[in-house]
Amino acid sequence: MDLPLAVQCEGITKRYKHFTLQNVDLSFEQGTVMGLVGPNGAGKSTIMRMVMGLIGPDSGSVKVLGHAMPKDQIAAKRHIGFVAEDMRLYEGETIAFHMDFIRSIFDTWDGDYAKVLLRRLDLNENQKVKGLSHGQRVKATLLLALARRPGLLVFDEPTTGLDPVVRREVLDEMMNALADETRSVLFSSHNTLDVEQISDYITFIYGGRVVESLNKEEFIDGWRRLRLVNPNNAPLPALANIRDVQQSGQIVTVTVTGYDDSLPAVFSQAGMTVTAVERLTLEEIFLSIVLFAKANAKMELAA
Amino acid sequence: MKYGFVFSQTDSSPMYQQIMEQIKQRIAVGDWPPNTPLPSIRELAIEIKVSVITVKRAYLELEREGAIITQQGKGSRVNDTIDLKVLQKAEFLQHLEQAGRLAKSLDIPGDEVWLMLKRYME
Repeated sequence: MDLPLAVQCEGITKRYKHFTLQNVDLSFEQGTVMGLVGPNGAGKSTIMRMVMGLIGPDSGSVKVLGHAMPKDQIAAKRHIGFVAEDMRLYEGETIAFHMDFIRSIFDTWDGDYAKVLLRRLDLNENQKVKGLSHGQRVKATLLLALARRPGLLVFDEPTTGLDPVVRREVLDEMMNALADETRSVLFSSHNTLDVEQISDYITFIYGGRVVESLNKEEFIDGWRRLRLVNPNNAPLPALANIRDVQQSGQIVTVTVTGYDDSLPAVFSQAGMTVTAVERLTLEEIFLSIVLFAKANAKMELAA
Repeated sequence: MKYGFVFSQTDSSPMYQQIMEQIKQRIAVGDWPPNTPLPSIRELAIEIKVSVITVKRAYLELEREGAIITQQGKGSRVNDTIDLKVLQKAEFLQHLEQAGRLAKSLDIPGDEVWLMLKRYME
């Protein structure tokens, strides 16, 4: 089976007055979930809008399910479902009105699936949008996107501002959609737990650049925190993969990336005792990457 | 929940290891006897709402340990020549290895480690 990639961005650059997206590569195959992680203003939404064909890059190329964007966006959009936080629904109309509306545009609309989703997401189709809570609005837009059965689902911060129950419902439906093994998901989130749980790949955006783009298992596996005792105040080995050092008296805590099992011995040989080697959560990795990038930026400014 | 997997957010071991543990437990208590077909990777991923790549890793590691057998195109099943004692012994050795390393870094001599261990065997 030789399917085109779900998304294939190559060297995309986009200049705005106060922000530049620089030379971004982002690709993943069909049937997988790509999580975009990064602080506010890092460029996540800009990338998603380019994938949607809403804006074109200044240079570089974007392909979605084999369609060049934004040139072939009309053909591509049939196969893309988009859910964003600021999605507009008609306040005075019901959920059923919106379902009819989407059905009239997309011939792929699956009415039975829509009914199943209404029930599973606990939505009343006769309710007007203006009476819906934030969680219900997100669930309604999710339903409208999923029932079209698109090949690619693009979610911009789908779980932001949701209570734990609704967040779970939304994540569950995102995962259920993957039962079709050619369906793909691109989503961004501040909630690193969500990304850690359901992503196959993680792309880390900071300051308009891709810091890392890796399969999630490798990504998380490479990071470790070593707790050391340094009785003779020996200098730390000069390793390029050290990302953070905290020192107080004899107690030293070192955060590393690209970890392998031979690393503790390097510290023992330098005269330190390794008391623990710990894994990091994606949240801790996220903070570590941002702090390291900020420290480097400051050093560049000072130099 | 068809397979009844429940995971812990306070468990410090990574998700793929938690999946491995829960599958091994089902094998160990006899709920999944030899040759039982395992759910497909995608099926289990959707059931437990965990990424496909994480379930795939759990299956790969289980195969390496000899707990399951995966055949291209046929999916995975519980190994029929599985020796639970061997599986558990491998796990025991891993714990010992960790304990040994920690003892070394804490400068606890071997005979003292032995005395400590003996206390738990009585």
